[in-house]
Amino acid sequence: MGAIKAKFSAPGGVHPAYHKDLAAEQPIAEMPLPASLVISMSQHLGKPATPTVKKGDTVLRGQVIGEAAGFISAAVHAPTSGTVKLVAPVPTAAGPRATAVTIEPDGEDKWIDGMAPCPDWRQLEKKDIVEKIAAAGITGMGGAGFPTHVKVSPPPETAIDTLILNGAECEPYLTADYRLMVERAADIWEGALIIAKALEATNIYVAIEDNKPLAIAAMAEAMPEQAGAAHVVALKTEYPQGAEKQQIFAVTGREVPAGGLPLNVGIVVENVGTTLAVWDAVVNGRPLTERVTTVTGGPVAKPGNVLARLGTSSADMVEFCGGTSSPVAKIISGGPMMGFAQADMSGPTTKTTSGLLLLGPESVHAYESMPCISCGRCVGVCPMNLMPNELSQFLEAEDYETAEAYNVMDCIECGCCAFECPAHRPLVQHMRRGKAQVMLNRRKQ
Amino acid sequence: MTMVIQTVLTIGGAGLVCGGALALAARFLAVKEDPRVAEVDGILPGANCGGCGYAGCAAYAEAIVLEDAPINLCAPGGAEILSKLAGATGQTAQMAEHKVAIVLCGGDVENAPRKFDYNGVADCQAAHTTGGGDKACPYGCLGYASCSRACPVGAIEIVDGIAKVHPDLCISCGACVRTCPRALIKMVPYARKIHVMCSSRDKGPAVKKACKVGCIGCTICAKLAEDEAIKMQGFLAVVDYDKELDNDAVIEKCPGKCIVRI
Repeated sequence: MGAIKAKFSAPGGVHPAYHKDLAAEQPIAEMPLPASLVISMSQHLGKPATPTVKKGDTVLRGQVIGEAAGFISAAVHAPTSGTVKLVAPVPTAAGPRATAVTIEPDGEDKWIDGMAPCPDWRQLEKKDIVEKIAAAGITGMGGAGFPTHVKVSPPPETAIDTLILNGAECEPYLTADYRLMVERAADIWEGALIIAKALEATNIYVAIEDNKPLAIAAMAEAMPEQAGAAHVVALKTEYPQGAEKQQIFAVTGREVPAGGLPLNVGIVVENVGTTLAVWDAVVNGRPLTERVTTVTGGPVAKPGNVLARLGTSSADMVEFCGGTSSPVAKIISGGPMMGFAQADMSGPTTKTTSGLLLLGPESVHAYESMPCISCGRCVGVCPMNLMPNELSQFLEAEDYETAEAYNVMDCIECGCCAFECPAHRPLVQHMRRGKAQVMLNRRKQ
Repeated sequence: MTMVIQTVLTIGGAGLVCGGALALAARFLAVKEDPRVAEVDGILPGANCGGCGYAGCAAYAEAIVLEDAPINLCAPGGAEILSKLAGATGQTAQMAEHKVAIVLCGGDVENAPRKFDYNGVADCQAAHTTGGGDKACPYGCLGYASCSRACPVGAIEIVDGIAKVHPDLCISCGACVRTCPRALIKMVPYARKIHVMCSSRDKGPAVKKACKVGCIGCTICAKLAEDEAIKMQGFLAVVDYDKELDNDAVIEKCPGKCIVRI
């Protein structure tokens, strides 16, 4: 079966240089166990998990080391067997500290006798699938890290008719999802069928940007016959086609209401990496203990796509990729548009680390922020139809009420406005700060 | 000519009708304000700092007259305003202890390194939420002057990369305390001069890595200070301002050099 072309494309968007050629043709390489793993209890959106191990405990791979602390939270599992060396707060990729468990691997990598494999998942009930996903600690692996078991158990009065697999990977430099689609298409499809069964969704779309013809071909070829209404959709190549609401519009023409969720329009979007993790959890009974991360950028000697255990430090991953061959000026966890700049390479891989990007001095510029010149380019590129120019000025004046009235809360922080701004204004930072303050004010009321 | 007369009559007539309506409204819809509120409002300094806990001086004046709010809440006014308020209201009250703000961090440019170059919005909240702040110490003053901008009287200055309060200018309104994303600013009695200038709750080795003048939690000062005037809160020595402390030994013996006399 072939792919269909998307009929729509969300408003706005930009065309950054993609630089995907650095790592796109590198097959996924499994990294050997590092000397130590630091597993954060806050790898997802929602409450951090509660550690269930203490210093000196021995753990097996797949053993729960952090319990979900509530419904919007996710369990954390030991990525290998070994000894717990430390339970202490460490900084997360975004900055604030969270408790983390440090494990020294014993090298045996012995699995715990945990969840049973279930190759005939078609016999499972809806709630059994959701339970397995929750027990495996799966969260969205595209970036935000929303717990997957919450996504696949919508309220009973909400009917979900469509599942979209997000394989757009519109972030420059990143190729982890691309490699997964090329190499593991059949498993991803089976994962999609499992999620669709849990949701009782009848339509499945795989959305991929049209600059990834190999992934489109691989997913189309592996499309299972019993899938019903399943399609591979080729999206126009444009950042941010991978953003949930923009993708829903591009694929189905449905618009998620302001402040609403995809399930309000009967849709659930799952990243392809997440879908593969669901397949692994349900079919093989293996909780989420590893992920594919693109290690790339000019200074990396041999950029590639690394299958690494959660908790592997950035330094170890760069070492695995041949170290650095030129000076590093900036370290980013994630992609250049939405990733988080890091102060050093000590940060551990988490469930949401889609990339590790090193940039040399030639690609990093410390711009001076200037006053808005009212050119309106940010308004033109905003995929949410917001007015970043106006908003940033309200927020500079700390006028949070007006910013809220101008829908600052709908900002998806994609960075198109800041990318386009000729005055180099830190627009996304203004939005982030504004959103945090509006949330705080709402909670006070 | 007719047009001139017509115009004068029309405009004049409209003026008379509206004027009459306003005169009636002023008589029958008048808001009766307690004259004492205006009197008390006149006494208050008019800084509208909010330190009393009310929205501004007018709101506080109303609260004093109509809700019997205590008259000693106006810190900027001090004893002089208090005695005038006592005269106007007949209430008697003691002035609360004169408190001033202090930024409990001594990690200036020289002593506390930065872990990366921050090139974003020049605001402490924004810097604090970007990679956890550019200062190596996750507790230290970031120096992006949010408190200084919040201060209604310009009593806070950024010196060598950290905020410093000028105690003689501070009107103890507490606006800075509410702005600091790292909760470094405390209100302390004006008369007290010895302070632990550190707010890091990390263990000693981590503090030493991040700052040359941090509290390493050695507990020497807590043992030297009489009557538990310095107490350990985890790995941080904290001055108990309710107790007397005038002991230069704690300053001399502090290995982190974070106890100072200001």
